[in-house]
Amino acid sequence: MSARLIWRKTLNATMLSLTGVCVLITVSVLFFILGYLVYNGGKDLSWNFFTRLPAPVGESGGGMANAIVGSLKLLLLAALFGVPIGLLGGVYLAEFGGRTIPFLVRYTADLLNGVPSIVIGIFAYALVVMPMHHFSTLAGGVALAIMVIPTVLRNTESFLRAVPSALREGSFALGANKWKMIATVVLPAASRGILTGVLLALARVAGETAPLLFTAFGNRYWSPGWLQPTSSLPVIIYTYATGPYEDWHRQAWAAGLVLLALVLVTNILVRTFLSRGTSYERS
Amino acid sequence: MATTPNAATPADLAWSPRALLRRLRGADEIAHLITFIAAATLLLITVLLVYQLWVLSAEARTKFGWHFFVTRTWDPVAGQFGALPFIYGTLVTSAVALVLAVPLGVGGAIFLAELAPPGLSSSLTFVSDLLAAVPSVIYGLLGVFLLVPVMRTTIQPFLKRTLGFLPLFQGPAYGIGFLTAGIVLAIMIVPFVLSVSREVLLAVPRDQREAALALGATKWESTWKVVVPAARIGIFGSVFLALARALGETMAVTMVIGNNPRISPSLFSPGYSIAAVLANEFSEATGNLYLSALIELGLVLFLLTFVLNGLARLLIVITTARGSGVLPT
Amino acid sequence: MNAAFPLMGDSGPATSAASSKSRVAAEGTAAAAPGASTLRMKVTKVNFYYGKNHALHNVSLDVATNRVTALIGPSGCGKSTLLRTLNRMYETLRHTRLEGEIALDGVDILTLDVTKLRRLVGMVFQKPNPFPKSIYENVAYGLRINGHKGRLDDAVEKSLRRAALWDEVKDKLQKSAYALSGGQQQRLCIARALAVDPEVLLLDEPCSALDPVNTAKIEELLFELKPSCTLVIVTHNMQQAARVSDSTAFMLNGDLIEFSPTRQMFTTPSDPRTEAYITGRFG
Repeated sequence: MSARLIWRKTLNATMLSLTGVCVLITVSVLFFILGYLVYNGGKDLSWNFFTRLPAPVGESGGGMANAIVGSLKLLLLAALFGVPIGLLGGVYLAEFGGRTIPFLVRYTADLLNGVPSIVIGIFAYALVVMPMHHFSTLAGGVALAIMVIPTVLRNTESFLRAVPSALREGSFALGANKWKMIATVVLPAASRGILTGVLLALARVAGETAPLLFTAFGNRYWSPGWLQPTSSLPVIIYTYATGPYEDWHRQAWAAGLVLLALVLVTNILVRTFLSRGTSYERS
Repeated sequence: MATTPNAATPADLAWSPRALLRRLRGADEIAHLITFIAAATLLLITVLLVYQLWVLSAEARTKFGWHFFVTRTWDPVAGQFGALPFIYGTLVTSAVALVLAVPLGVGGAIFLAELAPPGLSSSLTFVSDLLAAVPSVIYGLLGVFLLVPVMRTTIQPFLKRTLGFLPLFQGPAYGIGFLTAGIVLAIMIVPFVLSVSREVLLAVPRDQREAALALGATKWESTWKVVVPAARIGIFGSVFLALARALGETMAVTMVIGNNPRISPSLFSPGYSIAAVLANEFSEATGNLYLSALIELGLVLFLLTFVLNGLARLLIVITTARGSGVLPT
Repeated sequence: MNAAFPLMGDSGPATSAASSKSRVAAEGTAAAAPGASTLRMKVTKVNFYYGKNHALHNVSLDVATNRVTALIGPSGCGKSTLLRTLNRMYETLRHTRLEGEIALDGVDILTLDVTKLRRLVGMVFQKPNPFPKSIYENVAYGLRINGHKGRLDDAVEKSLRRAALWDEVKDKLQKSAYALSGGQQQRLCIARALAVDPEVLLLDEPCSALDPVNTAKIEELLFELKPSCTLVIVTHNMQQAARVSDSTAFMLNGDLIEFSPTRQMFTTPSDPRTEAYITGRFG
């Protein structure tokens, strides 16, 4: 073998192994994160963690019950406001719209998707907090809902479009009018994909911290109703991790584990089971 | 799609209540209207967002004008607000993140698209997608408690010893700072570069690789000199997308950057980014000017990500247009 | 010269057969068989599998130096599969297996380094596949990776002339290859393959995507290449095989039914199946 060929072959083997190393590094980061969280956070998970309120500053033994409930309430608001608008908007784009408006809506949705979440927080602040003159769960819910809408909208549109026209025509041929056809045939056919999109969008906003920092703000106690500031899992992780107390740090790890577990489990389940196959026979 | 013969379009809805009700008798029209309102809500939200950003930053904009972008002082007490430290920090951390993440992401994408068997490639991409789903605050958590000490005790001193002649690696090693924030950002944006680049590489037609191999090229030569150049526009698109994300990343950055509005050539120096200062100071901003200055920063961030995302999508559209033969290469 | 087989009367000089043989012997590990100077490649009892699919059954074939060997047969008979074994192109697919021996100048190609082999045995594909580069760069690609000594410009011009494309592109070498017509692109691919000076050139239905005018141009080109190159061509067009080749192999369902000098095959085929195919009773 000539020297040049030996060089080329060596280069070939080296570069190709390097690309494998790149993947190895990327993938091992995930396992490392998981492992470390389980190791560090698992220690402090206890019944207390899930049911007690935070203890007075400096004392140990508190929990994160209010943060967990707060996160659930925020998610509920995000789903309540965001999902219907996104869903119906997606239906409009796929089934009704003409040319200009759908183009604008799509463009805007992609635009909104790319806006940093903290800027969305500023908007929610201006929209809700400023008129109310205080922080609230509602403001946080609105911020998260705004993040949910564009994702759900685009996702719904794309799955609706994927439903074969044969199904629509079959429905028309049986005498259904348009909205009936959409509601009884097209939406059910696309339901799996749409549900996937909704769940993934909610999982994503469940972990968002920045938009909550000056909308829902935070709360050391229970937050009654919807108009008071509330604690949430991501924000409490941030607050405790950057705080001065050792006990806070340990709780931040535990909370991090809970949050990550929820997000990852949702993602894995949704992507593995829901994304397989469709709700109709592909030809 | 078939519509009823009397279908109304939003354009010709008469605005008298009776005419409205008459037109809405058809259920299809109601559905059309409701869904249209939903879609329009999205438009409304976006317009409102831009409007609010513009209006609420007016006080700072009129007071400081273009000087805002070149002033270094950020002194809330004295009412002096300059954006330069934050723009600097944002750009530096993003640059560090790109330098680390792009080779890693593109390299990994090459492995997944060209070398790995299809099953392995999908599984690894799945793992990468999971990484993209990890919340920012979790990365911040690990950054604060894991990366910062390692930087302080091992990596930064090492860099100082070996490359300390460069102003980049001088100064005290606190563990936090531009470099640490850049590293955390890099880890966060690699999955985006990886997954988009992989798709773009997979889209290059098979016969290109065969042509190269048939000429006696090694697999690497075929990949690096034929496949990657064919996909390069899409890869640039993925880099812009990743950059747009890096610019807006808030939590992980603010937890490790040091939150100090300094401008320094050293990567070890603590600094600040636009998103980080918003996270830290917004809820405590007193006075309209302070708030207005912060919102102007938010406006800047919005515009930056808007432009980058627009460019990225344009590049990806060009790649697909070429792929389908619409545009010449 | 026979009017029906205008190419049959000519047999070009067997130029540089000996020196090319030593090129191969230098790379391989087996000694070149002395008496094989008119046989460039020899296929012996080859069986080929795509996974469980037994695609080639005990095929044996001789490829004569500086001659055109044609492979004909109905779709799916294995002619392209056989062609692709000659430069080990099948190795780019998964789950493929080759049994038997294929020798280039007496050297088993499985013992040769595969990148070396593919330089010695070049390939032109059915659909023109120029790289998205300029015309110049397309031809120069093979030269660059193999480390060409001497002026690149001269080598590029030489290849383009051999492919009868020089006059049409000499003023636009920097233009994109995609600016050329289909027939020109295919000739560019031939020029690209010729640039690395292969001993054997494999052509997989090179004219099937082209119109008759371009087809005629390429057939003429093949005739001009014969003195300096050994050619193996797969074609579904029997008339083309009759026009262009010196020997023809007829394949059916993975078997080599008949292999004889072209004139003989098309006037007095020995196997009834060959006759049936040639007279158009099936195919």
